[in-house]
Amino acid sequence: MSSHAHVAEARPLGIDPAGTIHVTHEHHELGFIRRYIFSTDHKVIGIQFLFTGLVMLLLGGLMAMAIRWQLAFPWTEMPVLGRILFPATGGVVTPEGYTMLFTMHGTLMIFFVIIPLLTGTFGNYLIPLMIGAPDMAFPRLNMMGYWFWWPGIFCILTSFFAYGGGPAAGWTSYPPLSTIEAAAPGSHWGQNWWLLSLTFVGVSSMMGAVNYVTTIVKMRAPGMTFFRMPLSIWGLMVAALLQLFALPVLTAASFMQLFDRVFHAGFFTPTGLVINNTNPESLGQAAGGHPLLWQHLFWFYSHPAVYILVVPAMGFVSDILAVHARKPIFGYKPMVYSIAGIAGLGFIVWGHHMFMSGMNPAVGLVFMTATIMIALPSAVKVFNWLGTLWGSRIHLTAAMLFAIAFVSMFIIGGLSGIWMASTPVDIYIHDTYIVVAHFHYVVFAGSMMAIFGALYHWFPKMFGRAMNETLGKIHFIGTFVFTNGVFYMMHQLGLAGLMRRTADPYAYETYAHLQPVNQIISYCAFALLAWQVFFVLNFFGSMIWGRRVGRNPWNACSLEWEAPSPPGHGNFDKQLAVYHGPYEYSVPGAARDFVPQTQRQLG
Amino acid sequence: MSAFKHLLTRLTVTLLLLAVPVLGVWTWMEAERWKLWFPPYVSSYGESIDGLFFVILWMVTVTFVITEGLLVWFVFRYSRRGDEKALYTHGNHTLEMVWTAIPALLLIIVAFSQMKAWATVKMNFPEDGPYTVAHPLMEVYASQFDWRARYPDEQGNFEGADVVETPYEITVPEDVPVVFRLNSRDVLHSFFVPKFRLKQDAVPGMRIPVWFEATEAGSYDLICAELCGWGHYKMAGRVRVLPQADFDRWLSEQRAALKATH
Repeated sequence: MSSHAHVAEARPLGIDPAGTIHVTHEHHELGFIRRYIFSTDHKVIGIQFLFTGLVMLLLGGLMAMAIRWQLAFPWTEMPVLGRILFPATGGVVTPEGYTMLFTMHGTLMIFFVIIPLLTGTFGNYLIPLMIGAPDMAFPRLNMMGYWFWWPGIFCILTSFFAYGGGPAAGWTSYPPLSTIEAAAPGSHWGQNWWLLSLTFVGVSSMMGAVNYVTTIVKMRAPGMTFFRMPLSIWGLMVAALLQLFALPVLTAASFMQLFDRVFHAGFFTPTGLVINNTNPESLGQAAGGHPLLWQHLFWFYSHPAVYILVVPAMGFVSDILAVHARKPIFGYKPMVYSIAGIAGLGFIVWGHHMFMSGMNPAVGLVFMTATIMIALPSAVKVFNWLGTLWGSRIHLTAAMLFAIAFVSMFIIGGLSGIWMASTPVDIYIHDTYIVVAHFHYVVFAGSMMAIFGALYHWFPKMFGRAMNETLGKIHFIGTFVFTNGVFYMMHQLGLAGLMRRTADPYAYETYAHLQPVNQIISYCAFALLAWQVFFVLNFFGSMIWGRRVGRNPWNACSLEWEAPSPPGHGNFDKQLAVYHGPYEYSVPGAARDFVPQTQRQLG
Repeated sequence: MSAFKHLLTRLTVTLLLLAVPVLGVWTWMEAERWKLWFPPYVSSYGESIDGLFFVILWMVTVTFVITEGLLVWFVFRYSRRGDEKALYTHGNHTLEMVWTAIPALLLIIVAFSQMKAWATVKMNFPEDGPYTVAHPLMEVYASQFDWRARYPDEQGNFEGADVVETPYEITVPEDVPVVFRLNSRDVLHSFFVPKFRLKQDAVPGMRIPVWFEATEAGSYDLICAELCGWGHYKMAGRVRVLPQADFDRWLSEQRAALKATH
């Protein structure tokens, strides 16, 4: 098997006794295309994921703006964006257009922004560097992982502009709305493209996940035991394991739904439907299936996916806090166990998305107990982050500010989850805006802050130049203020009972008074997007004009800072051996306030 | 970084972080005044659901204030300029045990304290009232994009010419446990009456029993809470609660009117 030969070639990566590093293709100079486009170098692939992910973030963000416009000023002409998205109505959002907007916003942000930025970008970039390997275990598979993402992007963008309209069943794509064409007129090809897109993205993630786990298990530098790995690596490995176990289920379910749509297979279609005064069975639709089957399969993947969206971020934040607070992580092992605990429990809580679905309510009690218990490892993490800051020497860098913001915001997102887990309370708040507030606090105010922090922190390694600190702080202040401006009041909207996914809620007596709050939220959202100009300027400007930095600008202990900035092909230019954990900051008696992992003596 | 810039950053960050618990708690305290709060409940189980919400609210608020407060204090206190090293510690086993065991205990208590209310709403259906799962007051059908109630004839049959059907508005008696069967004709919908604290998805192919006891006559919003297509946002209905006598009169009038048509 050719892949075998490839493994053998890439395997001895570590460090050989002569101190030289063998990397595939290191012996001849590569051309531009092999070096920067179809590259097998994990660093280039990581940066490819980064740039592509940031473009998708902008697209997903623009969708969010359109949603916010509709909620603030329903059925009025949307400036700028309206003419592009809704030319037929002169820039006014249409009801079916609104369903497509939030479907695409959710899909893009989850599958094309947060997961690729966390695992694609930082997973690729950091894993070999932090464990002391010259590249991934399967470099070509890694490259394929990135390039399999592109058909996914092609399909998702095609779906939005598909003939007749885009997918309109939400990112959760519940049948029969998603499977019976007559139920959502116009989503015919759009929905099919959406399902294909998910499959490609899934295959791409799978290739990445196989690579991450193999690399971490097999290619750690001498002395890098599992419990000497930085918490970023633990987070990324656990996320990869979640993907390995959960993704096949989503892929299978997507194909089942595609078969329902294209071949009328009837996996999810019950008998006796009447849609538009017609029974779909009379049009050749097979029936006898069950809509809840999809929900079980979908959430069996998508709940672990929620943890894929946050567990690597927790790892990055731990590393950033330790480095910029000059202090060892408080409770390293409890941090590792709690990541594992979150992931383990994450597989038996999917039913909490289905408390109101008609699933046996007794089963709901089991899912409730498991879900409430997931607050425990989350709480342990927060306490240990606080313990890390206690008695520290904080350097208020932009990276640190975003990491601190993550902790502050994750507390909010974590605590509000307890209401949603509690079945009786959930009866009222299920599918209301408090749920929207909750997951945006975790995924945007949490994970996105961690991504910003990680970019400020590892940018010097990626590009050999530091980002501008003043611009970074300005970026932080506005982002922090407007993020809370957008998402905090959504809790209140939810308590007032406001349902998500409603294009124009104000016709209801219950919601009539909520429009002013939605307008404030929308202004904050527009400001939040506009404020990112500071990030864009800083990010691209610093690549060209940023201050040049050496190997270890933050005086950090972990291995990636032993490599040149940016590291060349093969990463390390010296022999590595690891003698202790990655968080030896402020060791009493040591000459400096950090002891690199490669230094034999602590004191 | 100059001393002034450092101080400015330090104060700004501290104030921003401090604003989170301060404005955060203040918003929740003021929310009721702005009607950004639960609408008052009018069902028999509303009190227990709201009560559980408040139990968790207290727990969450205390945790929120303590953790955010510590974060603010640590960030302010330990971001001073200086050269001395940080405290060198890798953790504390006893502390880990304490802050694992106490939340674990609290969370288990929370989980178990929820079960009775959940069982009341979703599992234990009234058996000694006029309406039971076997003999429900009505069937409610959801379809794109309206609600429809069907009342059985005097013999309790849901088939036949004498079944009263009312679109949009669902009429029920006050102070009586009402049991009905929830169905969907096409896609998923969800039966949500905020003031009853009641939500239940309607699933095609399933007939899901639902019950509530309205404690106050009036007319209340019925809202579709599960995405059901382009018209989801306007899938509105009303639940009209009448005193028992008025309800009985209304139903017999409907039946008489129906009989007159055939």
